[in-house]
Amino acid sequence: MHIMEGFLPPLWCLFWYILMIPVVAWGIIQIKKTFESAPESKALLAVSGAYMFVLSSLKMPSVTGSCSHPCGNGLGAALFGPAATSVLAVIVLLFQAIILAHGGLTTLGANCFSMGIVGPFVAWAIYRALYKKNSTVAIFFAAFLGDLLTYVTTAVQLSLAFPIPTFTSAFIKFFAIFAITQIPLAIAEGILTVVIWDMLKKNKPKLLEKLGSLTPEEAEAAEQEAIADDKGSAI
Amino acid sequence: MKTKMYILLLVIVAIIVIAPLAMYNGLGENQGYFGGSDDAGGKAIEATGYTPWFNSIWEPPSSEIQSLLFCVQTAIGTIILGYFLGYWRAQRKYKQQEQKPVENSYSK
Repeated sequence: MHIMEGFLPPLWCLFWYILMIPVVAWGIIQIKKTFESAPESKALLAVSGAYMFVLSSLKMPSVTGSCSHPCGNGLGAALFGPAATSVLAVIVLLFQAIILAHGGLTTLGANCFSMGIVGPFVAWAIYRALYKKNSTVAIFFAAFLGDLLTYVTTAVQLSLAFPIPTFTSAFIKFFAIFAITQIPLAIAEGILTVVIWDMLKKNKPKLLEKLGSLTPEEAEAAEQEAIADDKGSAI
Repeated sequence: MKTKMYILLLVIVAIIVIAPLAMYNGLGENQGYFGGSDDAGGKAIEATGYTPWFNSIWEPPSSEIQSLLFCVQTAIGTIILGYFLGYWRAQRKYKQQEQKPVENSYSK
């Protein structure tokens, strides 16, 4: 989903920056508020950011024969909401733009809009809609669709900037490059996020409940499961 | 979820990643396989006659250096993940043992 440095016309770079900046600013305010009401969530935010760091560095092969990487933005979105996740995405994207020449500073606004705003927003909306029934199922679809929609957004962004010959034909072209390749990888991301989610749920059920990401019943069940696990474990 | 379930899920992830390698076995970058989708997107843009107006301020000088830096990124993420997951795991375990000292296997 990284649009390479200089690959968007200056006006489009500006356009995506203008859309990105208020969300990131709102995200910083939200993170501050969350830290005030739940100081113990600092480490959890670090873990969400670290998860994005890991997943966005893993370029994996896809059945289409090209390689792409997952985003890891679903986890942060389910825990802290999309605005806070956009702040994490800026950190990851800046690291990659400056040190790896992957993505770029001029395209940071566009890349953050796809990976830090649309993806997490979709993930957050799906998680909120489903988590009361079953948080594991909810996190799978949140991570899966958050990842996929990130890439669909990139395809839309490029088709808007390069509608040659028409927007639709450009979209079909970019959709094939980005989104089709991403489908199996998004499934893989969904499954990985389920594993991490289950560990977080057992380790920090009360904190997840406080953040509003778990129902009290499920938090209680996760705590009981953790106690049962620890009894049988050797370490 | 039990540890066995974790392993099963991770095996599925491994299969998703390994399957393309098996499907296109013997083919490589020269035949147009396993290139990055980001690069493919860039090429598709250049095909429309567009030339980038800005270059990266710094680029890793070789693919070796680039893979080193990607590994650094993964390592930073993994150490934070591993540190806290291990820390919380031990925290919850010892909290339980404090509450029920009889079951503490280390005090025997």
